[in-house]
Amino acid sequence: MSTLTKQTLSHLDWLEAEAIHILREVAGQCANPVLLFSGGKDSICLLRLAEKAFRPGRFPFPLMHIDTGHNYPEVVAFRDKRAAELGERLVVRSVEDSMARGTVVLKHPGESRNKHQSVTLLEAIEEFGFDACIGGARRDEEKARAKERIMSFRDEFGQWDPKNQRPELWNLYNARSHKGENIRAFPISNWTEMDVWQYIAREQLELPSIYFAHTRPVVIRQGAIVPVNVPLVSGELTNLPRPGEEIVERRVRFRTVGDISCTAPVDSDADTVEKIVVETATTTITERGATRLDDQTSEASMEQRKKEGYF
Amino acid sequence: MSAPEHLPEIDNGLLRFLTCGSVDDGKSTLIGRLLFDSKTILADTLNAIEKTSAKRGMSAVDLSLLTDGLQAEREQGITIDVAYRYFSTGTRKYIIADAPGHEQYTRNMVTAASTANLAIILVDARKGVLTQTRRHSYLASLVGIPHLLVAVNKMDLVDYEQAAFERIKADYLAFADKLGIKDVRFIPISALAGDMIVERGERLGWYDGPTLLEILEAVPAAHTEQAEDFRFPVQFVCRPQDSANPELHDYRGFMGRVESGEVAVGDAVTVLPSGAASRVKAIEIGGVRQERAIHEQSVTLLLEDEIDISRGDLIVKSAEAPEPVKQIDATVCWLSETPMSPARTYLVRHTTREVKAKVAKIAHRVDVNTLAHEEAGQLAMNDIARITLKLAQPIVADPYADNRATGAFIIIDESTNNTVGAGMIG
Repeated sequence: MSTLTKQTLSHLDWLEAEAIHILREVAGQCANPVLLFSGGKDSICLLRLAEKAFRPGRFPFPLMHIDTGHNYPEVVAFRDKRAAELGERLVVRSVEDSMARGTVVLKHPGESRNKHQSVTLLEAIEEFGFDACIGGARRDEEKARAKERIMSFRDEFGQWDPKNQRPELWNLYNARSHKGENIRAFPISNWTEMDVWQYIAREQLELPSIYFAHTRPVVIRQGAIVPVNVPLVSGELTNLPRPGEEIVERRVRFRTVGDISCTAPVDSDADTVEKIVVETATTTITERGATRLDDQTSEASMEQRKKEGYF
Repeated sequence: MSAPEHLPEIDNGLLRFLTCGSVDDGKSTLIGRLLFDSKTILADTLNAIEKTSAKRGMSAVDLSLLTDGLQAEREQGITIDVAYRYFSTGTRKYIIADAPGHEQYTRNMVTAASTANLAIILVDARKGVLTQTRRHSYLASLVGIPHLLVAVNKMDLVDYEQAAFERIKADYLAFADKLGIKDVRFIPISALAGDMIVERGERLGWYDGPTLLEILEAVPAAHTEQAEDFRFPVQFVCRPQDSANPELHDYRGFMGRVESGEVAVGDAVTVLPSGAASRVKAIEIGGVRQERAIHEQSVTLLLEDEIDISRGDLIVKSAEAPEPVKQIDATVCWLSETPMSPARTYLVRHTTREVKAKVAKIAHRVDVNTLAHEEAGQLAMNDIARITLKLAQPIVADPYADNRATGAFIIIDESTNNTVGAGMIG
């Protein structure tokens, strides 16, 4: 064997190169892809990766956000600003429009709209004829995701069939689909929460302010910190406290950002990316365990939602 | 934002490895142990498996529950698909491909092995080398995994006896010789007790080699230590003509990943299969220029001359150009429930190129347990066979043994678009 050790990439460079390769495969194989951009940290990384993959050209896909109408105004403002800075087209489709059409029916007005995003997403896929949706999901997030392909096939109903996935070998991704079917592509499948934060630090990526420690009114509900009296983009207050709940001011940050009704913050003093990296290295709770109120309902809830077309 | 100060240092790259063995070998316990001892398991996950262990009437926490996957798998108590797990030691990041071990899952093992640079083969110290040990080792060697680590597990159940370990080692070496695997190492462990995984423990004092984690930390992260020829399959061509910037009107960027070797500005290159020659004018990542690009980097190449290049073309150094071929001999693993039929036309995806293909000949099928050759008229799921394919257009390939990226291909059934086969040229 040669005594000379071959130069290899650092782990972040390797993950970056893999993600760029996946993005270019989507662009090379699919006729009409779209990149799902929520303003959250994972999709913020996707945008930087897309810049590295396609600049000086335009992105070969538009950006799309499925808005539940219950998103933090800071995140919505960030979403619009980032898309404008990049000069890329942003499509927003709203769960409230699906509700108006009658395709989304809430069990009660307070029901979380998070899982209903699947309906609006499938409607948007049909409206635009998208054959691939690029998303920022990671395999370390959840056990159903650990078995997801990087190019994940969905049938005409947007369904994921975990028992019948396409084998995925080497880096020969198969993103082919027939009309009406589509591919969900996950370029940062192999990243962990820590990798994401390290990448944000290295690339000095800007984030919505609520990722950093701030003080806000919350209640403690079944052990979780639940933000209350959250103003929507319209100024209307949502997540009102329930009778008898005591409102306290707490210094918190969000580890994950999504629908207001189902994302909870964690106690934190970390007000810089560097401090968040340190906190991430020493935390004792998983990202979803700490912050997703919807995943705790059943052991298989993510798997169930994915079968129904969720990301 | 200032430069990051307290980032954990990870400078030893990323290693992808595969664990193979059946449930009984303690594979899930081993992975659970690695995740647990490397402190990857967080309190809420541990709480959840503690509850489940108690619910199932177990006295201790069952670490194998950490790798529990889908609802269907939990219901049936089996693993049906490859799962990917992650942990980091602070110096190296790891991706584990966790492949189920049953015979009918040959295709899963081949899938998991295709991206791995090391395989851990678990052997039960009480049972020794079994048929499935041979099968896993053959598949690992077939897919070209450069490093094998035979972990003799459940040493606690044979009183940590050196003789049991040595006997298994001798048995294994006797048949590994036939497979031509270059780097095989052996280690005695108890995944259950945690001996010789991350901690040495106190009961294997006669073993003076490194722990399992020390081996993982020291093994080369690259697939091969040998210098390889430069291979750059073009994925996408960037022509930002509509840009407001007039300097970009003539910009033609060829986007792809350096699959092997390296390239520098000024290098003489040839585009295949056309054979057109030019030189590298610039190398960019996201519009930022750099002097060279190494193995596994995703970059954009700009050439001195205006040449017609599109997705599916291969850029190589002019002195290292392989010949395009229209017929290939390969070892294939059939992945689909629908058998391979010599009457059908398939699509072969090789690098970024897709060509139609027909099976010209099935030379023989390999019995993965005995390695015996058998005659075969068609191939069923999990079959491994030597075949010859006729291609409608030429591809530019290397033998798989020389180059994993340009020696591998997948077979696609156009009627379903499913990936139905995996092939290795040579």
